[in-house]
Amino acid sequence: MGGAAIPVWHSLAGGALIGAGAAVLLLFDGQVAGISGILDRALHGVLGEQAWRVAFLAGLLLPAVILGTGPVSWQASPGVLGLAGVLVGFGTRVGSGCTSGHGVCGAANLSPRSIVATVTFIAVAIVTVAVVRRVTVT
Amino acid sequence: MTAVIALVAGLLFGLGLLLSGMTNPGNIIAFLDVTGAWRPSLALTMTAAFAVAFPAFTVARIRGVSLRNLLIPQSDRFRIDRPLLLGSAIFGVGWGLSGVCPGPGLMLLAGGDSRAYIFVLGVAAGVFAAGRFSRLRNGTVTGDVRTNRPTA
Repeated sequence: MGGAAIPVWHSLAGGALIGAGAAVLLLFDGQVAGISGILDRALHGVLGEQAWRVAFLAGLLLPAVILGTGPVSWQASPGVLGLAGVLVGFGTRVGSGCTSGHGVCGAANLSPRSIVATVTFIAVAIVTVAVVRRVTVT
Repeated sequence: MTAVIALVAGLLFGLGLLLSGMTNPGNIIAFLDVTGAWRPSLALTMTAAFAVAFPAFTVARIRGVSLRNLLIPQSDRFRIDRPLLLGSAIFGVGWGLSGVCPGPGLMLLAGGDSRAYIFVLGVAAGVFAAGRFSRLRNGTVTGDVRTNRPTA
């Protein structure tokens, strides 16, 4: 499992920072902080006036490079992790968003489309975890 | 200027993911594991993010332009179609199997975790496969590389 419980103020202050990042990008640049979409277009090398995407990714990754990511408790074997990555990449592009784009930005925009997407991926993930637990315990 | 603001926004977002512990797959699974040792941290984080982002999105939606007078692309808020449901369900399976979504996956890689590269390579393969899939389906590019429409 995931080690020690997270202090409540870490959860709240961290969430506030995430919301602030999304708010700054929207209010000043008029863009949505959807990481799967930003990654998609950065991967396709669409730059020029879209250089903000590379800058956003650089900002996102800089804290991890400097501070590290702390303790990491992997929950899947390397093989399952690779498969999960493919599903995450494929699913977020077909579904036009992930936890950041639909879950944070779309929900804050009260977008029915994003709220339906968020409920769907959280519900399916809960069922997936329950099934994995059952399979690995028995 | 646009890129400088995006850099700051990315920094805030990344620091928030680190502080909230959401880069650790164990903490994500702990939230999703409702039939086991459930922990609500992710819900607290999402609630706090919503509380801060909601006023900004409301103001932006009413204004239609950013504070620097950049046009805010309008998304199709009410379009609930099969790709949305199918894609989100597939993402949910991958997220439940790994406890990792795209942002934290990239951050784990940047932090030098030796296992994260497997996940990120998978994500890249999935992203390219999705591009092919959507071209096969309707002759357009998903995620709107061409039209630059917001994806959420």
